[in-house]
Amino acid sequence: MSMGAVAHSAIFAPKPGLLARFSDLLWRRPTVLLAVLLGPPVLWLGVIYLGSLLALLVQSFFSIDEFTGLIQYQFTLKTYGELLHPANLDIIARTVLMAACVTVASVIIAFPVAYYAARYARGRWKALFYLGIMLPLWSSYLVKVYAWKLILAKEGILTWGLSKVGLLPLLNGILSIPVIGGNSLSVSYIGTFLVFVYVWLPFMILPMQAAMERVPVSLLEASADQGAVPAQTMRHVLMPLALPGVVAGSIFTFSLTLGDYIIPQIVGSSRLFIGQAVYAHQGTAGNIPLAAAFTVVPIVIMGFYLWGAKRLGAFDAL
Amino acid sequence: MQSAVLFKNVSRHYGEVRAVDAVDLEVRAGEFFAMLGPSGSGKTTSLRLIAGFEQPTAGHIEIFGETAEGVPPYRRNVNTVFQDYALFPHMSVRDNVAYGLMIAGTGKKERFAKAEEALELVRLPGYGDRAPSALSGGQRQRVALARALVNQPKVLLLDEPLGALDLKLREQMQEELKSLQQSLGITFIFVTHDQGEALSMADRVAVFDHGRIQQVGTPEDIYQRPDTAFVADFVGSSNILPADVVQELAGKGAQASLRPEAVRIGPGEAHEATVTGLSYTGAVTRVSLAFREMHLTALVAAGTPLPERGDSVRIGWDASALHLMERGA
Repeated sequence: MSMGAVAHSAIFAPKPGLLARFSDLLWRRPTVLLAVLLGPPVLWLGVIYLGSLLALLVQSFFSIDEFTGLIQYQFTLKTYGELLHPANLDIIARTVLMAACVTVASVIIAFPVAYYAARYARGRWKALFYLGIMLPLWSSYLVKVYAWKLILAKEGILTWGLSKVGLLPLLNGILSIPVIGGNSLSVSYIGTFLVFVYVWLPFMILPMQAAMERVPVSLLEASADQGAVPAQTMRHVLMPLALPGVVAGSIFTFSLTLGDYIIPQIVGSSRLFIGQAVYAHQGTAGNIPLAAAFTVVPIVIMGFYLWGAKRLGAFDAL
Repeated sequence: MQSAVLFKNVSRHYGEVRAVDAVDLEVRAGEFFAMLGPSGSGKTTSLRLIAGFEQPTAGHIEIFGETAEGVPPYRRNVNTVFQDYALFPHMSVRDNVAYGLMIAGTGKKERFAKAEEALELVRLPGYGDRAPSALSGGQRQRVALARALVNQPKVLLLDEPLGALDLKLREQMQEELKSLQQSLGITFIFVTHDQGEALSMADRVAVFDHGRIQQVGTPEDIYQRPDTAFVADFVGSSNILPADVVQELAGKGAQASLRPEAVRIGPGEAHEATVTGLSYTGAVTRVSLAFREMHLTALVAAGTPLPERGDSVRIGWDASALHLMERGA
């Protein structure tokens, strides 16, 4: 009856080769597969990414000797004390306020766009939507910021256009507002704000659109069925369910604004933002500990921000 | 009797597709009305036209005598139980049920009391604090029902509400819905593709096909006296005899339907047939027969001796069982 040991089973395919045996091993032990797949990226994240962040954190607890300008490798909170100087607090407050304004403005502008894309755009219009949102991301960030500087400059197209339609007094009126105004839009906080909103807007629209797309149409219909006018449906059903998307988007707009050092340098007043302060301290000033301490500020702020968002229930629907 | 919903020559077209095509329909106040049909037959679109989620391309709709075209869903005293229940996932069961009252501006205390009453009505008392995601399918269905009923609508629309439930639960809910409708006296309009469900629950049934109504009538009308071959076939998979055979058997040239349970198998019967298959379904066995180059089905009650496949048998039926469909499609 037996055909001998060489005969293959009629039911199970033979398993030749090393590669096939390896496949069998992975199939039998999914954890091995997981380790093979996840090993390299986890190493990368752990060592290069988190490791350098840790090094940064350690740096911020060192201090600089005011006479020699050399770093003293002793743990101290002196550098963090320096953060509390009025000039440095100003920088932090200015940056946080700007990030908050940019985020709020992005939500307001992104909402109708994301809503349209999620609810109405189909086929070709949807492709056009994605293209329209992504296209600006394909061109160089620096080019865009310099282009904005030209648009907003006193001799720029915006001033010219406004003068042609007789709205120049309006612009001058806005520019004469203390603090946020200035000589021209390109050297005012308003200008910085406009460019920030322009550059980070796609990062708000995309997650909001994704979140709204996940809200079943039947929920909106059920709300209308229950007597809610569209504004009430938006407030009680759509907004709460789209909140995770808003929070995800705001994490981008808020944290990117907190850390950026190029936009305020090119467009805006000469007053510093956190990113610029970090750049100045680690570069020309050579004060690495203070630069590190400044870098910790956005991390801490984002930590609180996420904690607050979690308390608000922003991640409940995930 | 006043009509709850009236369709006059109503159409809803999507481009070339005629989802609802020149439909006339009257639903009477206080009745349990079923819209029955296969998917894509226009029954759900008709329901959405009543709810206000769709507007008719042509024709006229009245709800309790008032013109409904152009009235948005939130201004209609009509509530819907959705096929997927559409419970708000970010709200508790209580807030879900009280949603319509909250929108209407009812105070918190009063609306929570009414929500609890509605939950009692659907036999879920004390479930208010739970999240919809913590409920079973059957419980969600009841919450959706409570949310619709709490507003005391003039018409309650149910879009295949029992579709996702298992058989046992479905039968239980059918009875509950029926008795709820009778005790509340609200007009229920129920969309389903399950003919058993429509026949067992509804006072009257409209059978839809391809955007048109094939027949409206009591369950008995629909089942015993189908107007068209489609109705005969869709409601209870009747045998349909072609006109020439009917001419020979009954002397009239029209299609006729013959219910499988009316076909008798026995030695003394009038016609000759061959058994081509048997399928056991519990209470009855379905016997497939070849009869005059035609395929017939007969139902044989459990306990009756069964023929075997390939046997030649004699079959017959009462003359009254042959229902002529002179309007035949």
